[in-house]
Amino acid sequence: MRRYIIRRLGLAVLTLAGVVVLVFMLTHILPGNPALVQAGGRANAHTLQEIERQMGLNRSLAAQFGSYLGNIANGSLGTSYTTGNTAAHDLLTRLPATAELAVASTILATIIGVPLGVAVGLREGSVTDWAGRVGAIIGTSIPLYWLGLVLIVVFYADLHIAPAPIGEVNAFAAMPPSYTHSLVLDSLLSGNWATLSDALRHLALPAVTLGIVETAPIFKITRSATLEVAGSDYMRTARAYGLSRWEVLKNDILRNAATRVLTALGIVFGFLLGGSILVERIYDWPGIGLYAWNAVTTTDYNAIQGYILLIGVLYVLLNLAVDLLYAAADPRIRFGSAGDRPRRRPRPAWQGRRVISPPSVERH
Amino acid sequence: MSRTGAGFSAGRPDDTVPAGGPGRSARLRGELRRHPSLLVGGVLAAAMVIAAIAGHVAPPDNPLAINPGHALAPPGPGHWFGTDQFGRDVFSRVLYGLGMDVVIGLIVAALAFAVGAMAGIISGYLGGWIDDIVMRVIDIVMSLPPFLLALSIAVVLGNTVRNVVIAITIAYVPYLLRLTRSGVLTMRGADYVLGARAVGASRSRVMALHVLPNAVGPSMVQAALMVGWAILDVSGLSFLGVGIQPPSPELGVQIAQGASYITSGQWWISVFPGVAIILTVLAYNFLGDYADDKLRGQGS
Repeated sequence: MRRYIIRRLGLAVLTLAGVVVLVFMLTHILPGNPALVQAGGRANAHTLQEIERQMGLNRSLAAQFGSYLGNIANGSLGTSYTTGNTAAHDLLTRLPATAELAVASTILATIIGVPLGVAVGLREGSVTDWAGRVGAIIGTSIPLYWLGLVLIVVFYADLHIAPAPIGEVNAFAAMPPSYTHSLVLDSLLSGNWATLSDALRHLALPAVTLGIVETAPIFKITRSATLEVAGSDYMRTARAYGLSRWEVLKNDILRNAATRVLTALGIVFGFLLGGSILVERIYDWPGIGLYAWNAVTTTDYNAIQGYILLIGVLYVLLNLAVDLLYAAADPRIRFGSAGDRPRRRPRPAWQGRRVISPPSVERH
Repeated sequence: MSRTGAGFSAGRPDDTVPAGGPGRSARLRGELRRHPSLLVGGVLAAAMVIAAIAGHVAPPDNPLAINPGHALAPPGPGHWFGTDQFGRDVFSRVLYGLGMDVVIGLIVAALAFAVGAMAGIISGYLGGWIDDIVMRVIDIVMSLPPFLLALSIAVVLGNTVRNVVIAITIAYVPYLLRLTRSGVLTMRGADYVLGARAVGASRSRVMALHVLPNAVGPSMVQAALMVGWAILDVSGLSFLGVGIQPPSPELGVQIAQGASYITSGQWWISVFPGVAIILTVLAYNFLGDYADDKLRGQGS
């Protein structure tokens, strides 16, 4: 186990270093001149050169890479030209809003997807099973941003149940002191119930939008985990010994499904961090996705760079955590013979809709 | 040639139906009965392709013609899907945009498959340090969500159709590379590969004739699914303004243009293009589901 953890940590450090280099490569060949954006439309050539010099754009790529590394080392990630703050500050104060969305939608998707997956998996081939599978395929075919717009049409424009899709709270709400930068937590901590209920009302539609799209992969994985256990020999034996359906379900199916869903949650949660850019744009949700969108439209180098870096790092760490939890849950990894290459958990591709059956080499 | 093991479907019993067995159409009918996914996906895909061709050959109205007098007309007999803020017929624009998205989806999937499968075979078959380096690089690239990676590349290269295709292709290649490689690793030790090596076939010959045809099955399924993802990603990028640019009637562009009218009740500008995307992606997801079923059946 210790050997596995050390190997896995080493791999994570290597990947993180790679992500740092990749992000630099991606952002430093951007077209468009950030100095021009900074200077405004009427700057003359001299002013432009001066700003380029201040921003370090006239230096060699190696020198730019050096100061890029320096900005990472001192934790600032450079200054955003549009907000004037350091990108790290901007991102960290906006991350809690994105996390609110991610957590709320993942809870929603788990509550719907897991019980449905177990129920359907126990009835393979039935009408319910068929309906569930078709539902999951439809769920993976819906564009996230379109779903968001449709929910606005129905719940805001038509039924007037939801608040206007602008930000995370009503403009006139009393703002609580910001302890955590998460409006839900802050208003909870300060006992500001009116703002809390308004914040939750604003959270509902974007969380449901993401939640619906996330439900499909969680459902699919729970279903296949259930099928696997339900059809196994030890399940038949357990039933033959007279254990009730519920006991078998509780001890074997849910346990087995839990590790698989945990794996899936890691991936789904990571997808949310990236995919939130679309949902935040639609609901004007002040998280890192909206920040990134603003940065892209204004060619704000440091902000874009910081955003991609943050997503990459979060994803690597998330994968590390899931792998370690998976190892703790699966004795085959824990007691794997020393010197073996670390057994890797089956790794579905990024987005939920990208989960396909692993090739046979990993299945057997 | 009767070389066993070559060809993606070799060894599958139902492919070796002797002459005089059920005819091709009868077999197809049986297949459709056993796999509703194939039926639904096939019919949907065909319908969307026909609609897209009709939209280019004989559109009901000019998808680009501005007609301020008819702006924001709701769906009705004259305009089935209503008109947008410039009075353009939404139905014609949806049909036209559908063609763009489907063609882009097919090109991206084909390119990603060609590059990913080729690199996966080379990396997996050669093994050693080349394979190690390739896999580490793939790990790094895969730490960014494909949509975000495509977005960054599209921003870097600039918003043209060609660049958006390149950006999404680059984002998808790692998945196909990894899948093909693991197929190659299982094939590498197979008896017929060892046999071919033993009789003196060169490495490249073994790769091209024996390993490749057998290792690409799962990647082909994945590539079919990727047509759908590419359509979702292209329209998503265009929706954000970093993909295909207006006035091109790409479906994501249309949804973005209608987005500002959503809260005031003019839902049709955004909703219909979205329905077209869903139906198209659904078709490829059903076809992928069918191919996945076939492949699983073959494996066990």
